[in-house]
Amino acid sequence: MDIQDIYKNLKSKFGDDKLNLEEIQKDSYIEVSKDILLSVCQHLRDQESLLFDSLVCVSGVHYPSTHEKPRFEVVYHLFSYAHKHKLVLKVILGLDQDLSIPSVETVWKGANWLERETFDMYGIAFENHSDLRRILCPDDWEGYPLRKDYKVQEKYRHIKVTM
Amino acid sequence: MVNLTTNIHAPYGSHIEDKNILLTTVDKISNWARSSSVWPFTFGLACCAIEMMATGAPKYDLDRFGAGVFRASPRQSDLMIVAGTVVIKMALRIERLFAQMPEPRYVISMGACATNGGPYWQHGYHVLKGVDRVIPVDVYVPGCPPRPEALIEGIMLLQKKMMKEKRITEKFTHGHPRYL
Ligand code: SF4
Repeated sequence: MDIQDIYKNLKSKFGDDKLNLEEIQKDSYIEVSKDILLSVCQHLRDQESLLFDSLVCVSGVHYPSTHEKPRFEVVYHLFSYAHKHKLVLKVILGLDQDLSIPSVETVWKGANWLERETFDMYGIAFENHSDLRRILCPDDWEGYPLRKDYKVQEKYRHIKVTM
Repeated sequence: MVNLTTNIHAPYGSHIEDKNILLTTVDKISNWARSSSVWPFTFGLACCAIEMMATGAPKYDLDRFGAGVFRASPRQSDLMIVAGTVVIKMALRIERLFAQMPEPRYVISMGACATNGGPYWQHGYHVLKGVDRVIPVDVYVPGCPPRPEALIEGIMLLQKKMMKEKRITEKFTHGHPRYL
């Protein structure tokens, strides 16, 4: 299935006011509103013609306030081993709204660590995540390193961090 | 060392002539023993560790220099070769592992990363900019990564340094050991 068919399939189930297909050459993606994210993911995994059994990666993107459309994005790359097709899902979070999004851990167990990494790097909170701790940085690290406005802390405990 | 047997006026005469006696200082003999059997701590942190492994393997054969017995425990090692990028999380562990090594202990900072952050010196928020911020370093080996020959040179330099120590003299003359 290509992305238009997947989009049609989703539209027939969820309507199109909370979904949006962005067609860019080779990089098309479907934008989902965060309140239906969980049910969309469940549908993508279970529906006979979709069967997205693998969550390849979860990542974040920060477009800072200097960008024309400042926002955070959470990006889900999906792959189906059954049908050999793939899909990119995006959820867009405004800079002003609170940075939380439902966890898809109940759909794909592997989301656990992927979401922890996104939380660690961007500070995006995943609701109902079973163990939302930092995964790479130390637990008591300050700030979220992959945000564009990140400033590294002077000291970590007794260790000087900066040059 | 003085060979007494060649001195025919030696006060002890032929009594000790056939007893194979050597004279030296306790410091010299213990330095010689220590520097000829350095036990490094298996401590690979990143790509530099590959070169360290090559140094220990047959082609470069670190055993020739008496320093090839890599130990997996800090309690059995004298030398920590910090081979690779030290991230901040690891820095805390390095401190603790160093504290667990028995004295006298030595540290070689191998490669650009361990010495000052290497390629990550500017934007690596998570990289410690030099392992000497947490533990004292004896020898710095430059390179990214240093070739095995360079590491061997570093170890030989450390052995030279060890030979110059006067730990026992200092212990008995000043009443305290010289801590590094
Ligand atoms: S100095 Fe170079 S080779 Fe060594 S750990 Fe750093 S990046 Fe890797």
